[in-house]
Amino acid sequence: MPDSAALPSTTLPPISLVRRATDSLVTAAAVGAVILVLAPLGAIFGYLVYKGIGSINLAFLTQTPKPVGEIGGGMANAIAGTGLILLIASVAGVPIGIGAGIYLAEYGQNRFGDLVRFTADVLNGVPSIVIGIVAYAIVVLTQKHFSALAGGVALAIMMIPTITRATEEMLLLVPHIVREAAYGLGVSKWRTTLSITLRTATSGVITGIMLAFARVAGETAPLLFTAFGNQFWNWKLNQPTAALSLQIFSYAISPFDEWHRQAWAGALILIVLIVGAVSAVRLAASRGTLKGAN
Amino acid sequence: MANQAWGAPRLSGPQPVAKPELVAADAQSGPLIRTGHNRFADSFFYILVLACGICVLALVAIIVYELTSKSAPTWHAFGWKFFFQSDWDPVNDHYGALPFVYGTIVSSVLSLLIAVPLAIGVAVFITEMSPPWLRGPLAFTTELLAAIPSVIYGLWAIFVLVPLLRLYVQPWLARYFGWTGLFEGPPFGIGMLAAGIILAIMVVPIISAITREVMTAVPQQQREAVLALGATRWEMIRTGVLRNARAGIMGGVILGLGRALGETMAVTMVIGNRPEIAKSLFAPGYTMASVLANEFSEASGDLYLSALVEVGLALFLVTIIVNIIAQFLVWTVTRGTPARGHA
Repeated sequence: MPDSAALPSTTLPPISLVRRATDSLVTAAAVGAVILVLAPLGAIFGYLVYKGIGSINLAFLTQTPKPVGEIGGGMANAIAGTGLILLIASVAGVPIGIGAGIYLAEYGQNRFGDLVRFTADVLNGVPSIVIGIVAYAIVVLTQKHFSALAGGVALAIMMIPTITRATEEMLLLVPHIVREAAYGLGVSKWRTTLSITLRTATSGVITGIMLAFARVAGETAPLLFTAFGNQFWNWKLNQPTAALSLQIFSYAISPFDEWHRQAWAGALILIVLIVGAVSAVRLAASRGTLKGAN
Repeated sequence: MANQAWGAPRLSGPQPVAKPELVAADAQSGPLIRTGHNRFADSFFYILVLACGICVLALVAIIVYELTSKSAPTWHAFGWKFFFQSDWDPVNDHYGALPFVYGTIVSSVLSLLIAVPLAIGVAVFITEMSPPWLRGPLAFTTELLAAIPSVIYGLWAIFVLVPLLRLYVQPWLARYFGWTGLFEGPPFGIGMLAAGIILAIMVVPIISAITREVMTAVPQQQREAVLALGATRWEMIRTGVLRNARAGIMGGVILGLGRALGETMAVTMVIGNRPEIAKSLFAPGYTMASVLANEFSEASGDLYLSALVEVGLALFLVTIIVNIIAQFLVWTVTRGTPARGHA
């Protein structure tokens, strides 16, 4: 009797059927959730390729939009316009973002640094349409024109906080010993930061820039009343400019089949651009010197 | 963000102050490297990067200033009533933003109801159940969802999701759940339901990314301890992981809310854009962000424009508050853990 009582207590009691069933049920639910989340992704990419690929041809890539009712035409001016706006945004946003990131990493371990850090996070969460309003107020109202410049400024404002935080994070990953080695050789602080610290963190910083770039490349809301859109070629910074995302939007909500077809084609080009950038960055980050990049 | 903990203890404060003397002494005894005018160059560099930092502050200050000053006329004309009146009438210059506030809240809450269980499910699967080789690709794929531009979600929703809703989902919902009053009226496809669903698809990656981050921040010993007590895997996840990561997951959900509130294009394309308050989710609605998208560039009168800017200001303030709460909640869980998990 004592023997038989002592023996079972060394092994665990069997797990009840209800508990096992719950466990399998939850596992199934989790798998189901993954499938449900991946389904739209598959559907979106599938449709983009299925609807878009047939509409991309030389005319689409080299011509401007045709008037309503005419078949053909393309989005060449919109593709160029997106390029122009992104160029303005990068020229304005990247240096400021990197500078602020350097400030936070190298000089920002104080109250003021915390304030800047917090503000950057706040700026990151501002809805893009609100940024559009502000760009409208500060650029369009003073210029009295919708313009490529206004669109670029709006996107630059969106890029800055992302680049700032990414740069800071990457610079902080650089071991302090590297900086001290440079100081030990008599190299000044600014030279150390630019040629040693920033150089070491280059791949990570580029990752941050590319992610910020990918984030704003498809933005539509802040361009609606800044770049405004244009049916014709424009290279002037103070004139309304077409953008791929704006063109997709106005074609998608139009009632014409021909325009719907072109909207899909434009969307395919845009997504290839963005996913290409993101994947390239992922690949570079996983192979790069700084594994912590993402 | 987590790296701050890593960066904090390093010798930052006194270091740069002590350097210039050393460098200057070196330079006089015959420099090995051309170091330039150190004192001057260093302070110039400092001022330059400080200016960039101040720039970030200035941007937010400009946003606040522009929004408040441009919306002042509406504030003077209507005061708080602006947000509690439901007639939006540009012709007679009378503005009430209630339908937009209502539409924004309903579409966001609806999207969270759909997205939260899915996002947590995905996060649980990736961190706790998935075989290791599947983990990276799955995390990458869900991140890819976050990289798709809003306008492309909208395009897809118009031509794929909306017809699907109109032909299959809405008739089914009306037949079995019509009695609730939430699923009444003609099934247009376009409307509040479509907006909620597309928003859900868009916020899932955000919520699941944060959930994954806080779940990986829960110490491994915790899991092992619960398992050692004889728990099944689900019991371990529930009591050992989810309960500890609760606040952080809540933070992720609120961060998703912040995104949903400010989301513009996809919602504008499928919500129907009609400033009405209807109980049925089949009915068209309007959100704060989409009224800005549709009407801002065409707003003629001064009061009209300022009413729209005030909608923008409200949107700005709400998303800021929501984001701050979210970041605080996430921070309470991830503080003290080394750099972002290893998902």
